[in-house]
Amino acid sequence: MSAEQPRMEDTPPPGVVRLVIPADPLAVRHALERLFSNFSPDILPNDLRCSAEIVIAEVLNNIVEHAYAGSQGDIELSVQPVPGGLWCSVTDHGTPMPDNMLPGARAPDVQADDMPEGGFGWYMIHALAQGIRYARVGGTNRLTFHLRAEQ
Amino acid sequence: MDITCEHAGDTLIARIHATRIDAAAAIRFKDRMREVLQAAAPRVVLDLSRVDFLDSSGLGAVVAVKKLAGPGRNLELAALTPTVQKVFRLTRMDQVFTIHPNAPAGVRHVG
Repeated sequence: MSAEQPRMEDTPPPGVVRLVIPADPLAVRHALERLFSNFSPDILPNDLRCSAEIVIAEVLNNIVEHAYAGSQGDIELSVQPVPGGLWCSVTDHGTPMPDNMLPGARAPDVQADDMPEGGFGWYMIHALAQGIRYARVGGTNRLTFHLRAEQ
Repeated sequence: MDITCEHAGDTLIARIHATRIDAAAAIRFKDRMREVLQAAAPRVVLDLSRVDFLDSSGLGAVVAVKKLAGPGRNLELAALTPTVQKVFRLTRMDQVFTIHPNAPAGVRHVG
């Protein structure tokens, strides 16, 4: 079930919100804007919304830049409210992760003489998301993770 | 990307008129700031009050702009919104930049 319109606050919470996103940075931006219009503030408190937008943006941008690397393709994003937060699944048909593994969580050294301009994406994903799983099945990459509301 | 500039004493205030500095906008932001930084001012403050969202590309672009400003100039940030604050705090970039809670009041408009 895909949800296209913003939800009224007194309707039941949506099930899975599913978006299909062409792999380019502007489409990713528009998808993020559309995604959050589906959830009322009681389902998505501000801090959870912040974390979700940061993590999902990084995941999607990584797919555009690395999995598809300039070639065209679609990204399937599914987001579902669950007790305490959100469950997310992101699928693409691009090249696999290097060594078929999740990139690590090491933070670039911001105090280095030559300040880093990159390498923050996966650090932030690991810092904010839980239970991150990656699987390569056939020609498909699938990433799933949880985002928790702060207690 | 629309960036307007004002001078207040020895400070150049660059107001970013964009809601997002993200992967789609990072290069434009850097290019526009390169132009802005041609103005001579020992101190530059970026007013980010209109920026609701900044991702790792945007963060990298702000670092690149700091390098463009050069060692002889202070580049400071002002009025970070919640998600932008979260990104700076998480990456510890809030310890590297001077960050003001409020956008500076301008005095004189320049171009």
